Amino acid sequence: MEKITPLYQTHLVEGGKMVPFAGYLLPVQYPTGVIAEHMAVRTACGLFDVSHMGEFVFRGEGALATLNHLLTNDFTNMAAGRVRYTAMCLSDGGTVDDLVIYKFADDCYLAVVNAANRGKDYAHMAANLLADTEIEDISDNVAQLALQGPNAKEILAHLIDPELLPQKYYTAVREVILAGIPCMISRTGYTGEFGYELYTAADDAPRLWKLLRDVGKEHGLIPCGLGARDTLRLEAAMPLYGHEMDEAVTPLEAGLDFAVKLQKPEFIGRDALLAAGAPKRVRVGLKATGRGILREEQDVYCDGVKIGRTTSGTFAPYLKQAIAMALVDAAHTTVGTAVEVDVRGRRVPAEIVPLPFYKRG
Amino acid sequence: MNIPAELKYTKSHEWLKAEADGSYAIGLTDYAQKQLGDIVFINLPAEGDTVTAGEAMADVESVKAVSDVFSPVTGTIAAVNEDLMDEPQQMNQAPYDAWIAKIGDVTATEELLSAKEYETFCSSAKE
Repeated sequence: MEKITPLYQTHLVEGGKMVPFAGYLLPVQYPTGVIAEHMAVRTACGLFDVSHMGEFVFRGEGALATLNHLLTNDFTNMAAGRVRYTAMCLSDGGTVDDLVIYKFADDCYLAVVNAANRGKDYAHMAANLLADTEIEDISDNVAQLALQGPNAKEILAHLIDPELLPQKYYTAVREVILAGIPCMISRTGYTGEFGYELYTAADDAPRLWKLLRDVGKEHGLIPCGLGARDTLRLEAAMPLYGHEMDEAVTPLEAGLDFAVKLQKPEFIGRDALLAAGAPKRVRVGLKATGRGILREEQDVYCDGVKIGRTTSGTFAPYLKQAIAMALVDAAHTTVGTAVEVDVRGRRVPAEIVPLPFYKRG
Repeated sequence: MNIPAELKYTKSHEWLKAEADGSYAIGLTDYAQKQLGDIVFINLPAEGDTVTAGEAMADVESVKAVSDVFSPVTGTIAAVNEDLMDEPQQMNQAPYDAWIAKIGDVTATEELLSAKEYETFCSSAKE
């Protein structure tokens, strides 16, 4: 039996087509459809319910040391109000999850994890806490809305003095009041577009959604479902756990080296990553040059030899072409390399292209 | 939901229209296009291909998923609608004008439904 988010009734009223995802019933799309929702985020604004995400609070004198032990990124010189992306590894270097860390104070941090991994992550983190650290799963009390698109700031300006909003990418303001509703707002997102994520109490979520919808109307805001969330993140080449990486793929293979600080003295998985050396397979971007839509889990060939497999693929609505990410042998990653993808028995020509596919102008 | 009375239908949501030359035009119903969502690609059969009733003759892809189009009849592909390769969204916008293929030399037919029967079938499928 799937769980529901605090916005379940709201989605039904909005005409959302509800599907099971990561243990929750969530809208895959609204009556506007995936392409219109995708384009709204690129050109105006979209509103997403991402309340399924998991949230854990780390408290105590040992919180920083614990995060540096558990996670691949380095949080030592992080200022309060900053947000940092990271991976979390097993001791063999495989990826437990990817997540973001919010720093509130030297002894207080928030981790936002993938819904599907919430239970596993909590167990792994709780089992590896260092001294003087507490962890608390607050997910069920927290709703999260993502307001994504070039018009996001103008929309929020109806509800709050824009000076009070987080100004820089990957920063957050912890306690702001939006039309009477206490929120935390960060300049973050999973779309490759300008935007914010808003955290609020579960009980306040339906009212916040309605407020945003009302003031957003004149700015082209529409509700967006999981379908557009996936095509947007894929166009922006953002990895999705369970696709681009999992416990059998290291964050270095997944191309997340910017979030893996091997120069840190210690973290779980560091020894294995160092021992493995340069990755033998890496994440690349593919663009179909022949007719067909590339999907996940399709074999990739170069000169007739299998070199890897796609991890995600779709028709990219903004770029209007079939794109995919793939994990391929490190010897075949040169941009421009001609490959073929086995699309249900048909070899579709494709080429290796730089990532991201889409970058905000 | 739009279900023109003059067409025949299958339980796999294709429509079938008898053409003056004895061939049958095949397309996807309004119900099917709504279920699929935005259609972005079609893989068409080739003229002269033989098709078998109840077996896949083409596939359409929405942003999220791939679906087979099943041939309602056994016969030979007489024509394909190549416009759909450039504008697959026609299947969303005008599902009963966006024919996929015309099939001639028909020797066998799937179980076909009238508009009324198809409407009943769709409303029961929803539950």
